[in-house]
Amino acid sequence: MAAESYKVVSPVMGTFYRASSPDSDPLVTPGQKVKAGQVVCIIESMKIFTELRTEKAGTVKKILLENEDMVMKNQEVILIEVDSA
Amino acid sequence: MHKVLIANRGEIAVRIVRACKDMGIASVAVYSDADKDALHVNMADEAVHIGPPIARKSYLNMERILTAAKETGADAVHPGYGFLAESTAFADGCEEAGLKFIGPPAPAIALSGNKSQARKTLREIGIPVIPGSEGVVDNTEAAVEEAEKVGFPVILKASGGGGGRGMRIANSAAELVGAFPTASGEALASFGDPDIYVEKYIRRPRHIEVQILADSHGNVVHLGERECSIQKRYQKLIEESPSPFVDENLRHKMGETAVAAAKAVGYENAGTVEFLVDADKNFYFMEVNARVQVEHPVTEMVTGIDIIAEQLSITAGKTLSVSQKDVVLRGWSLECRINAADPDNDFAPSPGEVDSVVLPGGPWVRIDTYLAPGCFVPPFYDSLVAKLVIWAPDRPSAIARMQRALSELTVQGIQVTTSFHRKILAHEDFRSGDFDTHFLEQFRAI
Repeated sequence: MAAESYKVVSPVMGTFYRASSPDSDPLVTPGQKVKAGQVVCIIESMKIFTELRTEKAGTVKKILLENEDMVMKNQEVILIEVDSA
Repeated sequence: MHKVLIANRGEIAVRIVRACKDMGIASVAVYSDADKDALHVNMADEAVHIGPPIARKSYLNMERILTAAKETGADAVHPGYGFLAESTAFADGCEEAGLKFIGPPAPAIALSGNKSQARKTLREIGIPVIPGSEGVVDNTEAAVEEAEKVGFPVILKASGGGGGRGMRIANSAAELVGAFPTASGEALASFGDPDIYVEKYIRRPRHIEVQILADSHGNVVHLGERECSIQKRYQKLIEESPSPFVDENLRHKMGETAVAAAKAVGYENAGTVEFLVDADKNFYFMEVNARVQVEHPVTEMVTGIDIIAEQLSITAGKTLSVSQKDVVLRGWSLECRINAADPDNDFAPSPGEVDSVVLPGGPWVRIDTYLAPGCFVPPFYDSLVAKLVIWAPDRPSAIARMQRALSELTVQGIQVTTSFHRKILAHEDFRSGDFDTHFLEQFRAI
């Protein structure tokens, strides 16, 4: 059976950032284990920064955008392979 | 001065293009990928692409902007507000490239930007600043000593950061003794720094600022005040001139003080001196804004003076078009800052494509905006999309005219804050002029 996947979605049009500042390391990289509630990326829209979290624990499967790419409202940005219970 | 490059975007770039056209000066717009079809680009005589949407790579990219200025043969650069407007490096860079910077000289920008240095300089020439401890107070006893010097009530503030954390108000020594350890502990928890300083607490503070103009021949005039107390998280939402709280005597005193402050920091060009005013009409210097301000139109409406045109003339080496006795405030002006945000959803940003726009009109209604049908409001920059400005003979008719103008403004495709402005204007405390900088916190709680 294929593992369940969880999609992190941007709530707003803006800029996608993988790190919390230009000099920091990315918040997550593919293959990394993440906990439920962990911050995985940042979206900036009109100078307002929003941290996006994964609701589920698992492994980062794919980052769907490059750092500083424009993101649309409701666009999927990160795929997480959810830990099986 | 024959050709001006405008190192900005949005409504202020449009405003500056218009001033250039009115004066017969050629204009050069710059734009990022996100603004290629924007109004300021279409209106300017020439336009130069300066990079990708992210401001750091376009509107904040000094090299690209200076190259654009040289390549188009501009002889001056107007920075607008925000972006590079208060960058001494950019002002210096313009000078090194042989371009006139339309703003104050770099040393005046530097001094204005260094708040504690500016406070010190101005206190030395007798300008009132908010009294308080010069630095951090080490313990409760030292805090009480400082508080007794400046007089209660006092406010304890965290040295490491703001936003209310580590802040406590104390009305007496006994309250201060109780509050100090809590404030310090909260500061440590929030900012990793327990340091606290003491300041006199200003009850019912108003944010009132004075517009000044200074030319290169030593002439400095003030253009009266702007009332800017209607703020949400330090962002001004509605401004007016004059202030309902300021009488002729206070206006004269604040104006003279602003002129003295401008002279003390070696100011040249248009600038603003910000004050905090308490309920007893005592005023305290806060800071100098070394740029043209967003809310400059309300001053233009009551004085009849075009502030951007004055900036261009000052930079060209001309003397001011007015002396202090020529400056007369006539009638009343209000400005509403229309933002692309959803007032029904905690002011969530609302960028995107604009389907249709109906702009208000009629007598004494002015709208400075980059909105147009089919235009794109990018998510990469500030949310200000329009400034609706009106003039009327007195304050009640100004409020009525603004309500009418707001009711005509229709924007489809994105959310804008028009309905929120209408609620503020309908509030009895706003209408009576009885408000301070806490108005919106209290208003939100109602």
